[in-house]
Amino acid sequence: MKNDTIVLDHGSGGLLSHELTEKIMLPAFDNDVLSRLDDSAVIESQKGRMAFSTDSFVVDPLFFPGGNIGDLAVNGTVNDIAMSGAVPLYLSAGLIIEEGFAIRDLEAIIASMAAAARQAGVSIVAGDTKVVPRGAADKLFINTSGVGWIVGDLEINAANARAGDCVLLSGTMADHGMTILNQREGLTFDADVKSDSAALNGLVARMLSAAPDGIRVLRDPTRGGVATVLNEIALASGAGIQINESSLPVRKSVSGLCELLGIDPLYAANEGKLIAIVDRACADAVLAVLRQDPLGADACIIGQVTADHPGRVVMETAIGGRRIVDMLIGGQLPRIC
Amino acid sequence: MEHTEQYRDGKLCASLAGQITSMCTEDMRIMEVCGTHTVSIFRHGIRTLLPRSLSLISGPGCPVCVTDQAELDAFIEIANMPDTILATFGDLMRVPATGSSLEKEKARGKDIRMVYSTMDALALARANPDRQVVFAGVGFETTAPTIAASILAAHAENLSNYSVYCAHKLVPPALEALMGLSGVEIHGFLLPGHVSVIIGGQAYASFFEKHRIPCVIAGFEPADMLMGIQELTEMISSNTPGLENAYGRAVSWQGNPRAQKVMDRVFKTANARWRGLGEIAKSGLSIREEFAAFDAARRFSIDPRPAAAPAGCACGEVLTGRCLPPDCRLYGTACTPADPLGPCMVSSEGTCAAYWKYNR
Repeated sequence: MKNDTIVLDHGSGGLLSHELTEKIMLPAFDNDVLSRLDDSAVIESQKGRMAFSTDSFVVDPLFFPGGNIGDLAVNGTVNDIAMSGAVPLYLSAGLIIEEGFAIRDLEAIIASMAAAARQAGVSIVAGDTKVVPRGAADKLFINTSGVGWIVGDLEINAANARAGDCVLLSGTMADHGMTILNQREGLTFDADVKSDSAALNGLVARMLSAAPDGIRVLRDPTRGGVATVLNEIALASGAGIQINESSLPVRKSVSGLCELLGIDPLYAANEGKLIAIVDRACADAVLAVLRQDPLGADACIIGQVTADHPGRVVMETAIGGRRIVDMLIGGQLPRIC
Repeated sequence: MEHTEQYRDGKLCASLAGQITSMCTEDMRIMEVCGTHTVSIFRHGIRTLLPRSLSLISGPGCPVCVTDQAELDAFIEIANMPDTILATFGDLMRVPATGSSLEKEKARGKDIRMVYSTMDALALARANPDRQVVFAGVGFETTAPTIAASILAAHAENLSNYSVYCAHKLVPPALEALMGLSGVEIHGFLLPGHVSVIIGGQAYASFFEKHRIPCVIAGFEPADMLMGIQELTEMISSNTPGLENAYGRAVSWQGNPRAQKVMDRVFKTANARWRGLGEIAKSGLSIREEFAAFDAARRFSIDPRPAAAPAGCACGEVLTGRCLPPDCRLYGTACTPADPLGPCMVSSEGTCAAYWKYNR
């Protein structure tokens, strides 16, 4: 490539756009559907129910310990599809790039997207690139959309939670959120934190095969964290949820950073974790499957679905008290003292 | 056992709660002065462990909540000045001023930066020599020393584009003012840990001698607070008031002399307006003449006009223990965390926000 930064012509649809596609995107996302470069991807379908999801990624900084915006964009959409119990197959990727963006960084991000897609077993079959004038966007935004197929008559959704079910969390909370906060705004805490960005579709497939009828709800607690997702489940199902503070897994380094900044890890983002509401009879089997996988090694039961306090999430605190766990309103702001 | 975990030990906390219950044979009203105490009490579910006869009342120790409307308006005025960057701690962003908030002004394109320390604000000033960087100086004795240190650093570097709008408040004069209010019934004070690290136990001595009311300095972990409450209930039930320190691992009688020296070098005491308490003599800080160049109020000739709090807002009564959040007619209707009217609902340390978040 002659340029080392993105110029407006890279988004013009002309020669430079073509070059960007040919030299960076196609080799990285290598697959038969994309390589045809038709106006739309023609993909093989099957009769049944399809899961379809889209998400936009505007994370700052673009590169952070544990990943970058590229793998985050792939994993995020893969996980959204997997949380309905579907098998994710195809993704699209739309890039909005600010003029002046370094081609080398773009290459690194595209390579990460390709690696994440390979790891998750999905193909990036459609895409789009727009370049906007300097200042009109913050470096790089990525939108990914994805489709997947639901096997059989699987019904997984937030309304299914029922009293007696167990609440499982696949690992430690707040790793991604606190990594980003630590990196952003020039925070210089020398904390050993890194993002948990990962695709969870493999894990979900193994959970489903261990307990095909026992998994009622799957959600990935991204923005808003575990607390917000539990509230969404409580509201959708009309059931109450009780969690136990002593069971909540948080890495020491992450919890230290949270304490320092006055951030509650229950509300911080995760990008490689899932919450599963599981029939009590299957809970141990699902937990065993989770723990066999490196992505679920720290999985644990964090609470129960209850007939008490319908629509509410209540926590038994580590000292034996009780309190409400509310939905997050706005972002968490670090405190004064 | 981790350092903090020993202060979150369930058995220890249950034992302390049991001792408190056995001593609470009559109605007792204890005020936790500090906003961080309020949040910690709710976050750990401490109220649910204590007897109904013991009321924990939130006091005027949330720095955002006690910031007067006129001061909030001054921050907005500064943010609207051309070529100005307003630097602020995060929890001030959403606090409603008259008709706006820093968050709304930022969305309108004003350059408002959230910083994590005053040194970040200084760095902003160094990086933007053609802009004026103003730090929104709110908070108690806990934050004042670091803000004083930033002024000393700016002075030493001859930074001509850094200043502080000083809206600092002091805790001991507020306690004194509370005792003079009618309708406030308090049997003991749980004194703030962070503030006391700086000013030391000695700072409350004259207050205690005058009023002979039980006072205990406490930390913020559940066992810290329960120890403080236990000492208070013991003093109240035996009618033997004292000024005690249940946070010995962080607070000394003298406090932190170095921090006090930095604060005294830059600030002098001044009258200050508190939301809910009104004007209290010598309860705030102003920047000394020697550092007038770093005083944003003087540099930009800001003369804050008294501004009315939102109509019907009972934040003032809540902050002084004269009513509980649910007693406010706006609570949960016109005023919610999603659409707050008063600062007690918007601040992460606010009493109304804590009630809403943890106690509905």
